[in-house]
Amino acid sequence: MKMFSRKAIVALALLVAGAAPALAAASEADFKAAYAAADAANKQAGTLRDQWTVTASALAAAKKAADAGNFDSAVAEAKEAEALAKASVFQATSEKDAWKAEIIR
Amino acid sequence: MRTAIQIISAAFALVTLALVGQPAKATDSVDPVADAKAFQKYFTTKFPKLKLSDFVNGPYSLNEDMHRQWVEKEEFPPYEFSLDAGKEMFTKPFKNGKTYADCFADKGIGVRQNYPYFDEKEGKVVTLELALNRCRESNGEAPISYVKDDMAALTAYMAFTSRGKPFDIKIPSDPRALAAFENGREYFYTRRGQLNFSCASCHVQNPGERIRAEILAPALGILNAMPIYRSEWGGMGTISRRFTSCNSQTRGVPLEPQSDEYRDLEYYLSYVSNGLPISGPGARP
Repeated sequence: MKMFSRKAIVALALLVAGAAPALAAASEADFKAAYAAADAANKQAGTLRDQWTVTASALAAAKKAADAGNFDSAVAEAKEAEALAKASVFQATSEKDAWKAEIIR
Repeated sequence: MRTAIQIISAAFALVTLALVGQPAKATDSVDPVADAKAFQKYFTTKFPKLKLSDFVNGPYSLNEDMHRQWVEKEEFPPYEFSLDAGKEMFTKPFKNGKTYADCFADKGIGVRQNYPYFDEKEGKVVTLELALNRCRESNGEAPISYVKDDMAALTAYMAFTSRGKPFDIKIPSDPRALAAFENGREYFYTRRGQLNFSCASCHVQNPGERIRAEILAPALGILNAMPIYRSEWGGMGTISRRFTSCNSQTRGVPLEPQSDEYRDLEYYLSYVSNGLPISGPGARP
């Protein structure tokens, strides 16, 4: 019984330790990492000449939230920007050939 | 004998394969003459009641009510003030005493239909807007914005002096010119922006249809009327303004005005409208 309790406590402690980062508020470092990933994807879209205005808006919103110290919102906006940028990269890549199907012949 | 027949059969099969392989390659190759022919045929088939020259009036030719509006509008055209300003700018000497007329063939009068052209020395397309700014810079003047009123006024005046003259865009025998045409064609048909629209989505696949309150113009003849006064803009707009705002409307970040892509796009779109008269400056809803 005594042994079981100790094991249970250790297991609970591990569980709490694992869940803690998910529950904790986002930090400036989280924002910086999320923003850098979004910015890199958007730059890739730029080299493909296919950036989206909504990506730029999400990046700007992320920065604004971070400046105000709201890192939860800043990370969420940065992740949204990254998803949009990746979608624009996908679009540009698939259009490399897809545009030919639309030509009037 | 049997071996000889087999060799001949194999050779025949190879030749046949080679010949069959060629048309597939030809489908991807660029033939501007055939392209322009197919382009014009597509629109004249889609709108059989219209004369070829009517396409330069955009949505006003596609709808009877709008056509009536256009006739009335042309009595007191909203671009008139811009035309006057353009004439004044065009004739006013630079600080060095020269004028725009010194930069163009025929003193810049009645030459709009020859722009854009492919400059073999530079290896790139030169548009009228670009040529005007280069003229300014070579005469010690600062360039003007490609999307604002002064450029619209200058091009309005030059277009007006070319009214009725058919677009006469040439593709010289230079692989770079053909590549520019092809790049323009690619830009025109490539979907971009969050809304996933290409230029063709609106102006090839849906001309005459409404997008919100507007009737979409056909791509054929769309540049013949430039620059335009747009009621939506509450002012004049250049070709650069038209291209950049189209990109923004699909939620795409526009390129720099007069970037290579836009120059090539203008080259392509103008070439496929060869033979249609210049009608600029125009007015649009």
